[in-house]
Amino acid sequence: MSQGIAITGMGIISAIGNNVAENYNALISEKKGISRVSKTATIHKNDIMVGEIAYTNQEIEAILNLPPENNYSRTALLGAIAAKEAIRNAGVTDIKDYKTGLISATSVGGMDMTEKYFYQYLEDKSTQKYIEGHHAGDSTQKIAEQLGIEESLVTTISTACSSAANAIMLGARLIKAGKLDRVIVGGADCMSKFTINGFKTLMILSDTYNTPFDNDRKGLNLGEAAAYLVLESDDIVRAENKTVLAYVKGYGNANDAFHQTASSENGDGATLAMEKALQIANYKPEDIDYINAHGTATGNNDLSEGRAIMRVFGENVPEFSSTKAYTGHTLAAAGAIEAVYSILALQHNVIFPNLNFKTQMAEFSITPQLTLQEKPLKTVMSNSFGFGGNCSTVIFSKEA
Amino acid sequence: MEALKLELKENIIEQLNLEDMTIADIGDDDMLFGDGLGLDSIDALELIVMLDKNYGIKLTDPKEGRHIFESVNTMATYITENRSK
Amino acid sequence: MKNVYINSVGSVSAQKTTHATDFLTDIISYNETVIPAIDPVYKDFIPPAAARRMAKGIKMSIVASKLALEKAGLNNVDAIITGTGMGCLRDSEKFLSSIIDNDEAYLTPTPFIQSTHNTVGGQIALEIQCTGYNFTYVHGSNSFESALLDAKLQLELSEAQNILIGGVDEIGDYTILLNKTINHIKKEPVKSSEIINSQTKGAVFGEGANFFVVSNESNHASLARIEALELYNTLPIQSVAQRARQFLKANNLNTADVDALILGNNGDVEFDIYYDELASGDFKNAQQLVYKPWVGEFHTASAFGLVLAAIILKTQKAPREFQLNSIVSSHFKTILLYNQYRGENHSFTLLRQC
Repeated sequence: MSQGIAITGMGIISAIGNNVAENYNALISEKKGISRVSKTATIHKNDIMVGEIAYTNQEIEAILNLPPENNYSRTALLGAIAAKEAIRNAGVTDIKDYKTGLISATSVGGMDMTEKYFYQYLEDKSTQKYIEGHHAGDSTQKIAEQLGIEESLVTTISTACSSAANAIMLGARLIKAGKLDRVIVGGADCMSKFTINGFKTLMILSDTYNTPFDNDRKGLNLGEAAAYLVLESDDIVRAENKTVLAYVKGYGNANDAFHQTASSENGDGATLAMEKALQIANYKPEDIDYINAHGTATGNNDLSEGRAIMRVFGENVPEFSSTKAYTGHTLAAAGAIEAVYSILALQHNVIFPNLNFKTQMAEFSITPQLTLQEKPLKTVMSNSFGFGGNCSTVIFSKEA
Repeated sequence: MEALKLELKENIIEQLNLEDMTIADIGDDDMLFGDGLGLDSIDALELIVMLDKNYGIKLTDPKEGRHIFESVNTMATYITENRSK
Repeated sequence: MKNVYINSVGSVSAQKTTHATDFLTDIISYNETVIPAIDPVYKDFIPPAAARRMAKGIKMSIVASKLALEKAGLNNVDAIITGTGMGCLRDSEKFLSSIIDNDEAYLTPTPFIQSTHNTVGGQIALEIQCTGYNFTYVHGSNSFESALLDAKLQLELSEAQNILIGGVDEIGDYTILLNKTINHIKKEPVKSSEIINSQTKGAVFGEGANFFVVSNESNHASLARIEALELYNTLPIQSVAQRARQFLKANNLNTADVDALILGNNGDVEFDIYYDELASGDFKNAQQLVYKPWVGEFHTASAFGLVLAAIILKTQKAPREFQLNSIVSSHFKTILLYNQYRGENHSFTLLRQC
């Protein structure tokens, strides 16, 4: 029997709340965070909807007490807020008391500042501080600095929309292998013109609220968010008498090897990822009580994922829902956002509804959970799939 | 119409980086996708931008492109009927 | 725990590294501020239909990975793990400048898709139809080392047997211009042999793709054993030597056991002082080598350092152009690599003869 890795803290900031409590309240009161674009200057602001975080950069800089000359991108700012909540939640007072690392995920990194100052950089010296903050790893270095992690293992994963799930996976493996005693894992991505336009060229952005697993789904809403988990070794949990929120029980990553951006018709990679995760957890499909699906509400994902779920679970598909109708698709952060939601589901024995669903998909008969449902939950499976055929599944459990 | 077809072939080669192809390699009725030229869904998105930029035709659903982009002939016909520039 | 071996390397760099016959035999000297990688004949490796949308970073990576796979006698692997500091930068620049220049109109998807950091790993998987584990690390000068660490973990625990790992970064013209503006790139061209003693700010930039098949099974072709690896997000300059000693000690070695020290010096007067801590301290009696003057600085340049170390252990010969001091070892059993960029993301890697 494989031993799960203890999760002792979590933190989150998303379009539906600035912390774990606010996110949970929004989830159970079915409050969406989707609106028209207000914080990013884009000509598409009336064609698309997004999940924006209420705080401005200046507000977060003030919360973090950053000096005016700081060169934090919004990704780093959001990441720092969520990671600090996770550390507080885990009751960590001295981050150096155990060997602590940070694995963060991002896709945009410092692109928000680069796109703002791209040409200005050459003439305006005051903007040049952001040039070296562009690369993805820089946001992680800053989050580490905010947490006080020094002279340790800090790295960044970028595998598109599965990034944060992969960060959780790596963190769990590092604890298992004894390389770290404690690791903060998760991801952060801010809204950017670059991403909005990128997804626009792929023609997969909805002009209205996204509708996961609906027959008439029109595409996704982009969202910005950050979320982190604190994973700790059993030794710390014992020595410090830690409260364990849940365990990372299983994980799997596989590649679809089908197309640069699209998923294969029958979800080959997704199937492999779910199967690997079950295998690591030493679970059978029937041991899964709820699936927090990737469910981006694109034509391609929901069909491919639905088919993969049916391949893995056969006739007995457990309740499943996508929470992207609440937050939008938060890209590299999505796996961490949904990890927090999966843990909340376990803690409160509740399944969050798949909002905005109207019409059953023609291709299959499985239907997502449409209302808030109370159910004793022992295990939750969370899927995250990304460009480049990158498919990841993480399983969370109540018991080790 | 012939001039338009020639123009389309030139643009297809340039826009889709079909470096090893010449205009003579693309027949008016050759299938552009699948077994013909072997274009894929990303190329279809590129062609949609081309329709918009060069001919003022806006497609909102990539599925609409399937019939339009069957061959140079079908493209030329559609453009002639719908162009706004 | 199983041992981990480098069973093959594939490299596209500013040196002659794509052919076995003249591999690093005839070192090219540059006199530039930016050194592009030498383009191999891509058509020999990638079908034109597949290559038409590929950025240079992807093409270099496909070539380097195919070379590594071929030398390892493999068609496929259990996992693909890549590291890249900046991803396919040219396409990112292209997409961003067209957003700004065209006011968000008439944008095409290809440069956006290529600018996704994991596009290299994804496209290698597509090329060789590998459905296994596929991760991409993007953490500055520890991008490649993160990939190596991940692979080592899986191989030691027998979760995989053969893994393709690699580091890739490409030059982007606008990013070069920006880095010149903030003095991260030298103002004036410098000859490769004079970069280390240039005493000026900034580095000479470069690009390249360096891939490896790493395995927990050695064979006659294996180049080296990867003994240990440590990554640090920060490291105060006064701790560098102590960390190096600790690292060796943890592997039952001391400074005298190191036959060659391969350093990541890039000639930046502000940051080469980190390397001096080792070069003129504990390791002053060891043979010292540097490679960045000959391939340029980039976030994953250290993967070329690992190529160099592996080749030295296999052939027992080190290119004399890369020599930093005058000491020459009679044999190479143990090589220590140390790298950092601008005082951040430090790594120690220990390689041994197999």
